[in-house]
Amino acid sequence: MPPVVRIEHLTKHYFLESVTVRALCDVSLTVEQGEFVALMGPSGSGKSTLLNLLGCLDRPTDGTYILGDDDISHMDDDRLSEVRSRYLGFIFQSYNLLPQYTVVENIEVPLLYQGCRITEKTRQRCIQLAELVGLGERLDHRPMQLSGGQQQRVAIARALVNDPHVILADEPTGNLDSRTSEEIMQMLIRLNEAGKTIIMVTHENDIAAWAKRVIRMRDGQIETDDRNTEPRIVQDVSSAFVSALNSLLSEAIQ
Amino acid sequence: MKTSLQRYLLLWDTSRRSFVLALRSLWLHKLRSFLSVLGIIIGTVSVIMLMSFGEGSMRDALDDIKRQGATNVIVTSTKPPDDASSGRRVMILNYGLTYEDYEQLLLLDTIVGSVPMRMFRQEIRNLHRMHNGRVVGTTAAYENVNRIELVDGRFLNDSDEADEPGDDNEMRNVCVLGADVAEALFPFQSAVGQTIVLNKHHFVVVGVLKERSPLTNAGGVADDYNSDVYIPLRTCRGRYGERIFIRQSGSRTGEQVELHQITLTISDMEKVRDAGEFARAVLKRRHGFKKDWTVTVPLDRLEEAKRAKARYMMLLAVIAGISLVVGGIGIMNIMLATVTERTREIGIRRALGAKRWDITQQFLIEAIVQTTVGGTLGTLFGVSLVFLFPWLLALFRVTLPAQLNVESIFLSMGASLSVGVFFGLYPAFRASRLDPIEALRHD
Repeated sequence: MPPVVRIEHLTKHYFLESVTVRALCDVSLTVEQGEFVALMGPSGSGKSTLLNLLGCLDRPTDGTYILGDDDISHMDDDRLSEVRSRYLGFIFQSYNLLPQYTVVENIEVPLLYQGCRITEKTRQRCIQLAELVGLGERLDHRPMQLSGGQQQRVAIARALVNDPHVILADEPTGNLDSRTSEEIMQMLIRLNEAGKTIIMVTHENDIAAWAKRVIRMRDGQIETDDRNTEPRIVQDVSSAFVSALNSLLSEAIQ
Repeated sequence: MKTSLQRYLLLWDTSRRSFVLALRSLWLHKLRSFLSVLGIIIGTVSVIMLMSFGEGSMRDALDDIKRQGATNVIVTSTKPPDDASSGRRVMILNYGLTYEDYEQLLLLDTIVGSVPMRMFRQEIRNLHRMHNGRVVGTTAAYENVNRIELVDGRFLNDSDEADEPGDDNEMRNVCVLGADVAEALFPFQSAVGQTIVLNKHHFVVVGVLKERSPLTNAGGVADDYNSDVYIPLRTCRGRYGERIFIRQSGSRTGEQVELHQITLTISDMEKVRDAGEFARAVLKRRHGFKKDWTVTVPLDRLEEAKRAKARYMMLLAVIAGISLVVGGIGIMNIMLATVTERTREIGIRRALGAKRWDITQQFLIEAIVQTTVGGTLGTLFGVSLVFLFPWLLALFRVTLPAQLNVESIFLSMGASLSVGVFFGLYPAFRASRLDPIEALRHD
């Protein structure tokens, strides 16, 4: 099976008025299907730049990025948008839900831009996803009416709705207390158990300890790339959740 | 590959979603949206009201002219300007149309009707009751040419043959009263059969006219027909002579005018202008340099009024354009503020796969929805004002002619729609050009 993400000699320079900021220098990285990668590093190490490039929100100055079967490095803005809507799922630190939409409507958004019509069937799927992340009771609530943990679970459901190749999580627990963080991480682990590839940026060792692979960055380069031999595991990987998720995603609408 | 039908359905779907979203955010910021579309509302209200009142007064003016008769040529005597160089005080002014002029004018073969008239101000009395009115000496033809309607009795009658009996031929002392005169002199009884006194002469009332709306005459002064008393022309000549004396603040001036006005009815609208030219030529020849006559062709005024209407509508279009542009700037301003305020939302949407066009379309539709809602409110408001305003003014006895101009509704709705497109385009474009990463970081 080919790797999901393959980047080679990726470089990103920012050109500010007179200075050139070398945010990323010649980074190469391969992520296989089903991996759970934690990107770590101090601020300014280039981890956010790398995540933006992986998320197709930005284009590299140099190097190649192959996501699935597609070479992303030279795509125009519209094609990149299409890639984001089809193959990527985003989870942000500040949840980033649309305040005027309800829970279900928020989950639907990626489908909207994928160019598929919102039908009763897709609506049903979004409701099932909301139930899967434990928000079955709050389908018609707006983000303002939800707690941080609940909002992040909506964001997770939204990241799953298009059955992405990769889920990119930017400090998903950064705004949450430790108990809620634990819940969210357990949910991510379950997604990973169900076969989802996750790349997560964090600066907390506790959180990184859940991941199977930890990449540390410094000054725009990869410093270490370790397999986590004893990742924290979820005690009760409920097979019901995994199979429910799998069956949901297998009937994904493309 | 998608079929074109699917593509069409998809476009319909996304537009509808943007539309619903726009309505939602409009509802979320009710006051702000209202204020931002206020310019559009005022613009459409003023367009509809101005156009409707313009249409109404123009229709009134046209009606006026039509009542004067589109096939008529009106010849009037006008007082020549005072000859200051002579320095001589003239006690009796002698000017105007003569009976001979009248006969000469009648030589034109396209004339199918003619009314000679003498008019002067006079006190009208019945016992102790008095009304300041105007005596009009005329013939029976006046009735048809001016489309007179009577409430009681008959109009002056007479016959073409000089020896046949008739009011005029027999110089009868009979009169027909205008509505106000009848009301003033005979408030509690029917005027017909009663007697009135004009300058010591007694006249028997034979008819009373229906109330007539005033008509703007050639001089631009509105004639009040309701204070008129109509008597046979020959009687007028016989009783008054050719000289008429007017007492005015102690001094007495007199004038000698044979005929004050001659109305000629022409057989065909096509021939009215030629008839007017003919009348001018005849009078020029007969009066020489003495410019004591005017020839008015109402048909010319009709054309003039139509041109005036076109100019007026142009002016209104310019005003409407300006107010809508001002309204549009308001929309643009608020849309730019909205884009800044919702930068994060734009970032989220872009990250989740929205193309630039999706963002453009979303904000454009929002602007269009705003201006269209504004335009609709303005239209409803404007239309109700068009009906309400004349009614309110009528309470204060002011008449305001209003005629709902249907074009103005389409015009203002169309204009507010295009203002939305035009002024929404730039903010929408700005929104679509935002860098997703920057936008996501925005708070």
